[in-house]
Amino acid sequence: MARTFCGLIAMQLNARHHRLLTSCGYFYMKYNVKIGGKNYQLELGRDAARWSCRLDGLEVDVDAIPVQPAVLSLRVGHETYEVKCECTADHIQVWVRGECYAAEVRDPRSLRARTRAADHHGPRKLTAPMSGKIVRVLTREGCEVVAGAGVVVVEAMKMQNEIKSPKKGTVQKILVNEGTAVNAGDVLAIVE
Amino acid sequence: MFKKILIANRGEIAVRVIRACHEMGIAAVAVYSEVDRAALHVRQADEACPIGAATASESYLNIPKILDAAKRSGVDAIHPGYGFLSENARFAQACADAGVKFIGPSAAAMEMMGSKTRARQAMERAGIALVPGTASGLESFAQAEQIAAKVGYPVMLKAAAGGGGKGMRLVHTPKELNPALESARSEAERAFGDDEVYMEKAIINPRHIEMQVLADEHGNAIYLGERECSIQRRHQKVLEESPAPIVDSEMRRKMGEAAVRVAKAAGYSNAGTVEFLMDEMENFFFLEMNTRLQVEHPVTELVTGIDLVHWQIRIAAGEKLPFVQNDIQIRGHAIECRIYAEDPDNNYFPSPGMISLLMEPSGPGIRLDSGVYEGWNVPTDYDPLLAKLIGYGSDRVQAIGRLRRALGEYFVGGIKNNISLFRRILHDPDFRAGNVDTGFLDTMLKKDSGQADTKLSAVAVIAAGMFVAMGATVSASDPANAASGSKNNSGKAASGWKGAARIEALRTNIGGNS
Repeated sequence: MARTFCGLIAMQLNARHHRLLTSCGYFYMKYNVKIGGKNYQLELGRDAARWSCRLDGLEVDVDAIPVQPAVLSLRVGHETYEVKCECTADHIQVWVRGECYAAEVRDPRSLRARTRAADHHGPRKLTAPMSGKIVRVLTREGCEVVAGAGVVVVEAMKMQNEIKSPKKGTVQKILVNEGTAVNAGDVLAIVE
Repeated sequence: MFKKILIANRGEIAVRVIRACHEMGIAAVAVYSEVDRAALHVRQADEACPIGAATASESYLNIPKILDAAKRSGVDAIHPGYGFLSENARFAQACADAGVKFIGPSAAAMEMMGSKTRARQAMERAGIALVPGTASGLESFAQAEQIAAKVGYPVMLKAAAGGGGKGMRLVHTPKELNPALESARSEAERAFGDDEVYMEKAIINPRHIEMQVLADEHGNAIYLGERECSIQRRHQKVLEESPAPIVDSEMRRKMGEAAVRVAKAAGYSNAGTVEFLMDEMENFFFLEMNTRLQVEHPVTELVTGIDLVHWQIRIAAGEKLPFVQNDIQIRGHAIECRIYAEDPDNNYFPSPGMISLLMEPSGPGIRLDSGVYEGWNVPTDYDPLLAKLIGYGSDRVQAIGRLRRALGEYFVGGIKNNISLFRRILHDPDFRAGNVDTGFLDTMLKKDSGQADTKLSAVAVIAAGMFVAMGATVSASDPANAASGSKNNSGKAASGWKGAARIEALRTNIGGNS
């Protein structure tokens, strides 16, 4: 579907496409972008404030103005989008018309980004999503747990939340007790 | 009138009260804990007093420290906001003893409504319809069995001192009664230090409708219309509106008059809220009275044109209500969304942290009561409410349209928030038809949220690449660490913007190759 959409734009802008290629003034940056499990080939060129863009090999007419840090005003064809960006530990989140897209942007030259392995094998660490206090430990070392079973309960901001096992397995280690104060990212338990 | 008021609270409600003070020419004194020195309420106040450590019991719940701040700053009155000490009768009494006016009801009225069983007894005497059940704590299992058989299953067990769903058990069959009673008692004992548990007939997925009352200290009381508060998650309100789609003027009069009787039976003064449960047959039953300003008070302000905080202050200063019931007209429709720092993709887990980007909505019919600003670090120690977005329109359809438009303008970056939840609620056909009860939100969340728009995905791909080209970086680190979320992650999250200079290093001249 994305191809169709971009394809339409590309057809409309065929004339422009040729002009771009013949002018040869653009430096292109190549990216592999992964959103929602799909991989896209993106080529971006920039000449001062002007962008040129190819998505999966098809030219897209787009101009982009940074209106404030982390906010771009985009024109794709005649349609306008105000796009916001947030960087998290392992991907970029892009907000378009109220929808949030987690993007992995892989730059083949620098190999900065990585794919996040959905590793179902081997030990998995359960970590605290934020700082808080352990109010309950729901299982014991050596116990079998199913995927989604609660392991410990963390209280933060007046709310109690179960930290669940990411997989079926055995609780190898529980590293906290009831009452332990934890910080975001602390390992609470290991399931293997 | 008071010259100076201390606000014993923080966040958006402290800002709300400071604004009312300034509108009335009254100086506002903020109090703050160690983590709140840079909070918005401190920035907006005329004076500010530090009151201790982040833990609420060391600061915002600490009566001696707050009274000491009141004394040092020489205030005439204290506004408690909501939460913290707002429904603490001992605090109201301590203010009175210290010669500072508590902006709220008397300690006696608060005490009566503080215990659910005592309130039920008083309301029974005043002839208010209660959910069938016991007006006092259950004495034995035999008694519980007998009453359950009389009112009929399912029944609800509730802690007399309860709140927030603690000590509550839904019992479907006689067999479940004994274990439920025991666990409700032990949970109530642990949560409130009081194991008194009473029984009510369970109303399954009721509507939660509440009536705003305003009473002066001269015996006058009026009602200001209802609020529909059925959209809840884990017994916490998420969205409220006024008027309630199901309530017509006749029902409003009946509920309003019942609420005024409740207030008078309690000897109540100042702003208060009487909560009712409504069953499928549109019978309403007294649930409890909240003896404070409610989070959702703005919807009532918008449809009645009455500023509740101004009137809380004027009533506390001894003024008489200048209007009677017939002067109160409901005009238009208002809906409030509670914007929380929580993660919709992770079971609405709280998500404190630094607000890196804030774009706030405005325009016709939009009111934003916010307690945060761009650059503010939302602390972990308190309730994760960031702001309340309220939409007003001449009717419900217009109010919904304005809210949806405003939600499109609203962006809070750096921390997770529930703005997207409200887009879904306001889009939901049942919500739009006014078919809401306390089971609505859980049902809605189970529905598929719909397919991602592929056209928007393509825009997102392009934008993501551009942000990277302009210098946005994700923290490069060992993938194993990133996958497990370990804090040993060498890069910092949101490492941010390194400027366009990096582009030079990334350029590939493929234009020349083609």
